[in-house]
Amino acid sequence: MRTADRRELIVVGASLAGLRAARTLRERGFTGALTLVGDEPHPPYDRPPLSKRVLTAPGRPPGVALPVPHELDARWRLGQAAVRLDPVERTLTLADGTRLPYDGLVIATGAAARGRPAAEPPPPPGVFTLRSWDDALALRAALAAGGRLVVVGAGFLGGEIAAAARERGLDVTLVEAAAQPLAHAVGTTAGAYVAALHREAGIEVRTGTTVEDFLTRTDGRLAGVRLSDGATVRAGTVVLALGGVPSTGWLAGSGLAHDGGVHCDPRLRVLRTDGSVVPDVVAAGDVARVPQPLAGGERLALGHWTNAVEQGTAAAATLLAGRDPARAPGPFAAVPSFWSDLHGARIRSVGLPAAADETRVVEHDLAGRRLEISYHRAGRLVGALTIGRTGRLASYRLALEERLVPATAANAPAAT
Amino acid sequence: MQITVDMNLCESHGQCVFAAPEIFSFDDEDRLLYEAAPDDALLGQARKAAAVCPVRAVTVSPAAS
Repeated sequence: MRTADRRELIVVGASLAGLRAARTLRERGFTGALTLVGDEPHPPYDRPPLSKRVLTAPGRPPGVALPVPHELDARWRLGQAAVRLDPVERTLTLADGTRLPYDGLVIATGAAARGRPAAEPPPPPGVFTLRSWDDALALRAALAAGGRLVVVGAGFLGGEIAAAARERGLDVTLVEAAAQPLAHAVGTTAGAYVAALHREAGIEVRTGTTVEDFLTRTDGRLAGVRLSDGATVRAGTVVLALGGVPSTGWLAGSGLAHDGGVHCDPRLRVLRTDGSVVPDVVAAGDVARVPQPLAGGERLALGHWTNAVEQGTAAAATLLAGRDPARAPGPFAAVPSFWSDLHGARIRSVGLPAAADETRVVEHDLAGRRLEISYHRAGRLVGALTIGRTGRLASYRLALEERLVPATAANAPAAT
Repeated sequence: MQITVDMNLCESHGQCVFAAPEIFSFDDEDRLLYEAAPDDALLGQARKAAAVCPVRAVTVSPAAS
């Protein structure tokens, strides 16, 4: 046994990525002080159910807490947003003015829901976004009132909210700026397939249009939306599902590169604006912009559940290794994956379909609820998506993994 | 070791199949199949599978001795 570890480690962000990082620190033998900081008052919880069963379950809303092992032995600073990081002095400042010194820090502050542009007047009551547990409860209560729901943005989150509302018997209009839902994420074939699923379920899908304006009643409450194609849709509830924005505002003045997410090297170490490594600070999850070999090395922030788990684990390992090259883990090289459940269809994907320049449709059966598409970039496999064929994904994933592992081994000397 | 999967929770995400292909697989209808008592040499794989299951349906227990 070593002598008592006097280091103080802080994990900023008490959601999936932060909790996984904290658990990994303990599992790998860190015995010093561990603090978790979270801007929400709630203990860690799981977000995927928020757009699914939390909205649809009858009776009381279902619990979504993530298990926190007793051995974590952490100090919790919940309901306290981090407001400032000083990586030179090695201090973190919280919203109440508390300054916490640290020896090592994990940035896992996630993302926030994208709202309307700041230049526009705030939307009227009845317009929601969905990111947090509190958001989900508010939306659940609004859906219970019935009427028509307009969902703005037909990405995976918007699609799931629309499907959940339809399951509850509401009339639903799904508004999408692009010509096809999800086209930028998974291509037009999968996008058209998902649009057909929505329409079969009785959802009105309006593409190629955006919300121009909110209509209000005399009491100021929402009455509907006016669209850019001139149409108006009457609705008592509107959800903006316009994607996420990495939560990096608190890093202003820190010297860290954080446009579009916290810039990381392949081992999840955080970078300054000049590209140099910040000692003893790592990042993970939705907030982290990490080089993606499948996207030609471009730095991407991936808002996926598995990404938060895998990066949380990997970032903790990097942090503990410190500057000891013997303990340094290799570059982060997990194959990304994501899923969505829509109208009973299980959409499952591996790799980075969004990075593809070519799609190959292997199977397409709308009635049988089966779909298999492979995605390629410069002729090489970069991803796959299936509906009702999850079993077929394993071989795609293996091929992607085999591609990533030799690539990262070749990159390793440059990363140290 | 003993593997149990709560099939009421399983949503066929496939993460366990990716993490531990020698233990987990799917049939043609996307139903999960798994080896209930795999060799202890696969313990690392099995633990990883449990850790990455999005619905925490997978439990790994050491074999009763």
